[in-house]
Amino acid sequence: MDFLNAFVALANFVLIPATAYGAQLALGALGVTLIYGILRFSNFAHGDTMAFGTMVTILFTWWFQSMGLSLDPLPTALAALPFGIVVTALLLLGTDRIVYRFYREQKAKPVILVIVSMGVMFILNGLVRFIIGPDEQRFADGERFLISARDFKEITGLEEGLAIRTTQGITIITAVIVVALLFWFLKSTRTGKSMRAFSDNEDLALLSGINPERVVAITWVIVAALATIAGVLYGLDKSFKPFTYFQLLLPIFAAAIVGGLGSPLGAIAGGFLIAFSEVSVTYAYKKVLGYLLPENMEPEGLVQLLSTDYKFAVSFVILIIVLLFRPTGLFRGKTA
Amino acid sequence: MSGNPYQDDRGNKDRTITNTGGSEWTGAVRSGGRAERVNGDGPFLIGDGMTGGYGTGANILQDCTISVERGEIAVIVGPNGAGKSTAMKAVFGMLTLRGGAVRLNGEDITRLTPQARVARGMAFVPQTNNIFTSMTVEENLEMGAFLRRDDISATIAEVYDLFPVLRDKRRQPAGELSGGQRQQVAVGRALMTRPGVLMLDEPTAGVSPIVMDELFDRIIEVARTGISILMVEQNARQALEIADKGFVLVQGANAYTDTGKALLADPDVRRTFLGG
Repeated sequence: MDFLNAFVALANFVLIPATAYGAQLALGALGVTLIYGILRFSNFAHGDTMAFGTMVTILFTWWFQSMGLSLDPLPTALAALPFGIVVTALLLLGTDRIVYRFYREQKAKPVILVIVSMGVMFILNGLVRFIIGPDEQRFADGERFLISARDFKEITGLEEGLAIRTTQGITIITAVIVVALLFWFLKSTRTGKSMRAFSDNEDLALLSGINPERVVAITWVIVAALATIAGVLYGLDKSFKPFTYFQLLLPIFAAAIVGGLGSPLGAIAGGFLIAFSEVSVTYAYKKVLGYLLPENMEPEGLVQLLSTDYKFAVSFVILIIVLLFRPTGLFRGKTA
Repeated sequence: MSGNPYQDDRGNKDRTITNTGGSEWTGAVRSGGRAERVNGDGPFLIGDGMTGGYGTGANILQDCTISVERGEIAVIVGPNGAGKSTAMKAVFGMLTLRGGAVRLNGEDITRLTPQARVARGMAFVPQTNNIFTSMTVEENLEMGAFLRRDDISATIAEVYDLFPVLRDKRRQPAGELSGGQRQQVAVGRALMTRPGVLMLDEPTAGVSPIVMDELFDRIIEVARTGISILMVEQNARQALEIADKGFVLVQGANAYTDTGKALLADPDVRRTFLGG
């Protein structure tokens, strides 16, 4: 029985990675939920928006690196991030102008907008692969660890090491700052309140003199920022690959729906719920149990509930359960 | 309206509120979407000889005239389907007018969009979905004053003086309030623009008789501050009692027009609409 080592192993392989992954999903789900709240459709292009934003950030990162610019010990990508956001915002405002605005003027049904967003998704998909290629890119530089496993073992004298990567630390800190800013904006500023009013009752908002086109434009800019930040954090933490970002759509939608579409708080809760479920179900508990159980009872197998290849099944199952038993999500958003 | 394959029902399910093109004028061609000053006499707000219907549909109103003087209460009553709400929406620019004109304070506003009319001092309280349910009472009032850039705290205080219960509930989401309190929020939101005329579409629909009396008292109080009130009411008798002027509509046309008291005393009106 060795609780301390068991806990450290669990923290190292489940708690910390899941927290970082949850923060990334939450930021992605916030974007989805904002679009749903304001524009009333599920934006299937969100994963590829993240990919686009990350791609632009990577290109700027390479450019900065070639000029010898560096934020050491922080990754250079953080300096490139604002530029990525600006370019992505321009892209989203452009697609809104060219594509979505037409359907908005027709007061199109949400299902039509969903299909339209799938069209945008395919185009973005191609665009990203065309520019940066379909291959995996690693663009994290700077200090790799806040605490490395070896240092941790030396300091604590424990058998198990606890490593916290810089990117994980950055992810969590950035997510907290971004979420705090977003909530402050929605709660306290005139523009933020007008966005909530528009989401609540569009016609009454019009009667109150709120300009819908302005609300929509601001929403796209915020979504561009959220998507780019989420994508860059995910890419720093793991790696950037266009196809992976497309696949992220499922856990992100699951997070937004589990939390309740249209509810920002729900998106965050949903993000962490999905991340923790995914990581804890696909983790092999052999090591942790090895510390906890008496020696002769040590499990022979990996004690892994689900192979990591099936991690998307976790989001899918959670999604189905929520849709069956609580379709409005945990935080009572709009019906999914 | 129904022929549009993209169409969806959003907001308060009343597309006419967002009549983005403004009332179409099929009569004489005039400059687009601008108010024109005409002779200064006449009522504060008048929908004069209005003929028209929703979108490209059939005419619902037939040469219907609705007017209200400054600081007075005008009530539109009539049997179901008489076009009461339609008449008021026509005054607010939510209809396609094929004949007649709407004048506010001597200005012809027939071609203005509903939103533009709000900016000119008309406030409209829809019958349903007339509050932001997810926002607090105070935020509802703030949103009502969205067009204003000056200090709105005095106006908020006035609304709270008018509806004291809202002051206690100002941090509560408006969706959690009772039916009567919601109507107070809706009226309060409309008053935030400091309008010249307040238009109420069946403000007492679905509230208890006690709350109804209370609401009518408040409406009289609003009128005393110099704001004209134009409202549609199901409860014809009570409404005519507080009305300076009453319009009885039948099938989209004026049947009787007189002061509230005179209509209540009129045997024809009593027999046909007030149940004896």
